[in-house]
Amino acid sequence: MKIDESKLDSIINEYNGEKGSLISILQDIQAQYQYLPREAMDHVAKRLKIPRVQVFGVATFFKAFSLKPKGKQQIHVCMGTACHVRGSRMVLEELERKLGIKAGDTTADNEYTLETVNCVGACALGPVVVKNEEYRGQMTPIKVESLLGSKKT
Amino acid sequence: MKLSSEKELEDLRNEIISERDPDKPCIAVCGGTGCHASGCSNVAREIQAELDSKNLKDKVDLRITGCHGFCERGPIVIVFPEGIFYQKVIPTDVKEIIASTVENGKIVDKLLYQDPVSGKKKVHVEEITFYHKQNRLLLENNTRVDPAQIKDYLAIKGYSALAKVLGTMTPEAVIDVVKKSGLRGRGGGGFPTGRKWESTRDAQGDIKYVICNADEGDPGAYMDRSILEGNPHSVLEGMIIGAFAIGSNEGYVYVRNEYPLAVSNISVAIKQARELGFLGENILGSGFSFDVKLNRGGGAFVCGESTALMASLEGKPGEPRAKYIHTSEKGLWDKPSNLNNVETWANVPMIINNGYEWYSAIGTESSKGTKVFSLVGKINNTGLVEVPMGMSLREIIFDIGGGIPGGKSFKAVQTGGPSGGCIPESLIDMPVDYERLTEVGSMMGSGGMIVMDEDTCMVDLAKYFTNFLQEESCGKCVPCREGLRRMGEILKDITQGKGSMEDLSLIEDLAGMLKDASLCALGTTAANPVMSTLKYFRDEYIAHISDHKCPAGVCRELITYGIDPDNCTGCGLCKKNCPSGAISGERKHTHVLDTGKCIKCGICYNVCKFEAVRKE
Repeated sequence: MKIDESKLDSIINEYNGEKGSLISILQDIQAQYQYLPREAMDHVAKRLKIPRVQVFGVATFFKAFSLKPKGKQQIHVCMGTACHVRGSRMVLEELERKLGIKAGDTTADNEYTLETVNCVGACALGPVVVKNEEYRGQMTPIKVESLLGSKKT
Repeated sequence: MKLSSEKELEDLRNEIISERDPDKPCIAVCGGTGCHASGCSNVAREIQAELDSKNLKDKVDLRITGCHGFCERGPIVIVFPEGIFYQKVIPTDVKEIIASTVENGKIVDKLLYQDPVSGKKKVHVEEITFYHKQNRLLLENNTRVDPAQIKDYLAIKGYSALAKVLGTMTPEAVIDVVKKSGLRGRGGGGFPTGRKWESTRDAQGDIKYVICNADEGDPGAYMDRSILEGNPHSVLEGMIIGAFAIGSNEGYVYVRNEYPLAVSNISVAIKQARELGFLGENILGSGFSFDVKLNRGGGAFVCGESTALMASLEGKPGEPRAKYIHTSEKGLWDKPSNLNNVETWANVPMIINNGYEWYSAIGTESSKGTKVFSLVGKINNTGLVEVPMGMSLREIIFDIGGGIPGGKSFKAVQTGGPSGGCIPESLIDMPVDYERLTEVGSMMGSGGMIVMDEDTCMVDLAKYFTNFLQEESCGKCVPCREGLRRMGEILKDITQGKGSMEDLSLIEDLAGMLKDASLCALGTTAANPVMSTLKYFRDEYIAHISDHKCPAGVCRELITYGIDPDNCTGCGLCKKNCPSGAISGERKHTHVLDTGKCIKCGICYNVCKFEAVRKE
């Protein structure tokens, strides 16, 4: 993938190229590309003067990072304890069936990425599904169809 | 404008207060994440538009606040000065609220909260059972300030504790007050805060750090999120006071990236505090300098552990290290570092303002002050509750929480998150404090309180936490990395009816190993959910193993669905929604479920309005 290095440099410069800001830098890059392109990670390693393995180590350690491109729309199913006891697994399974993918995957047409999250802190509304940063509370398997069918945001 | 003395701060405060008319109507809309999800921003927009169109802008204030705690009833709107509480407000209600309540002092009956027990409608916040048994020292201010306006915080005595500390106290005196207050860490460990500060102060080194742990990874808990979102300056003020006491000039706030609103509100607060000179060089002309940086977490539960969090701040994977040398001596970048969680920091200003005698009078012998709990799960009044330490679980769950919904019976409450344990009904009258919770095999943790009813399977729950921890284990220590995986496999077997009685002793062996041989608290406490359920709900394990039955009807391999011909009306709803085509039948005739095709997703069971789908 062709990477705009000047874009990366401006992110890195914002943190004065500090090694300690590696996670923040990767977060900002991910916000740009929706994932971490390999070339971008290589560039960060070079600029911060740290081994590529350290960048890769951080990128694979934290759940916030993805090494795979994501779909246009992102669906996060909250699997926190409060959502779990209220049946979030059934909601997740219905989403998996409807989209034909497993959690962590992206549909073949690149439209949806389905992921789980350990808690979004909206426990009173559980089970919660976050679609493109919009929270949907009190989800049930039945509501999945309208969640997917609703206007793209 | 930078304030350069305590007098300038008091002048500004007086100016702000004098500009404000306490009798001026103010509509406070809860803007916490819970109410956002319920659509509060549309309500707020509508209020603004209505105030504009009626030319009421100068006569009525609109305030978007942080979380009010009663998330179940969102979006919440409170009309001040009377404190009239409206719940589940939708945009079309706005015209009526303004025309009736704001302009004519009349109550909009349909928006009032109805007490589920007495059936009576409640008008004011303090009349609602959910609120009146609480002691909301921290959360109360969430309804009184707009987190994006530092002036709101100043109007409620904000930064006066800092001025008092910088103007009249020595660092040692501050530490002494915090020690005498009895404040203990609210993040999980419960270590005495004053002693922690003292050891960092006494440690050798010219550079010292203070850190705010806002990486609230505990699933099912959101106390810190709400404080950071709703009243970020209280956390900053606590940190600055702590930094002064410890002798630190640099601090970090490490906040979960999954909390976008908290990230945004604390960023704004830091900026405003800098502009007024509460952060930066020579704070209030005292000669003391301190500033904070904001770091967003990468989404790893283990980073709630102090050494893992510090590794992550250094740009490394969040792996904990052994604490033979305490972080108070060698922490971040090997410098003395003091880490406290959000709620702990937020307690500090009020301790300074009101004195340690006041604070230590609240709570029990060993646990002082209040604690915020996230009361969630199978409970009527879901939300954040703040109660004095020592209140009984029964009062929290039944009086404040309003008991269990749907006429179901209470089974257990899980406290302390994945490191905590399940407390059964027989212990429900116990007081909640650090020691008692540990005694019964659970812990305070950061304040998650997940209520379970008869439909929750305790073996499934133990499996849930074990899988959670296995995924979140950093992998450094073998007992945690491999032990949790094995434990998860054993639990999976049991929930599938493939377990044996020997498995139970194997679990106990593994649990002992995890406790003895893991490095950090994630590993040493990882067996708590399993061990506490095994202790209090052993019969459920045995039912899975010996009878191949899941008494709660949760474990899929051990249940079958069927349709009761006596109750089935032939409405066809189950057939329509069945994803595997397992249900057949003509309209208005009894339907039949083919267990061979059934994938046990449970949808038919949930959609049936006639209790015709049975689970056995």
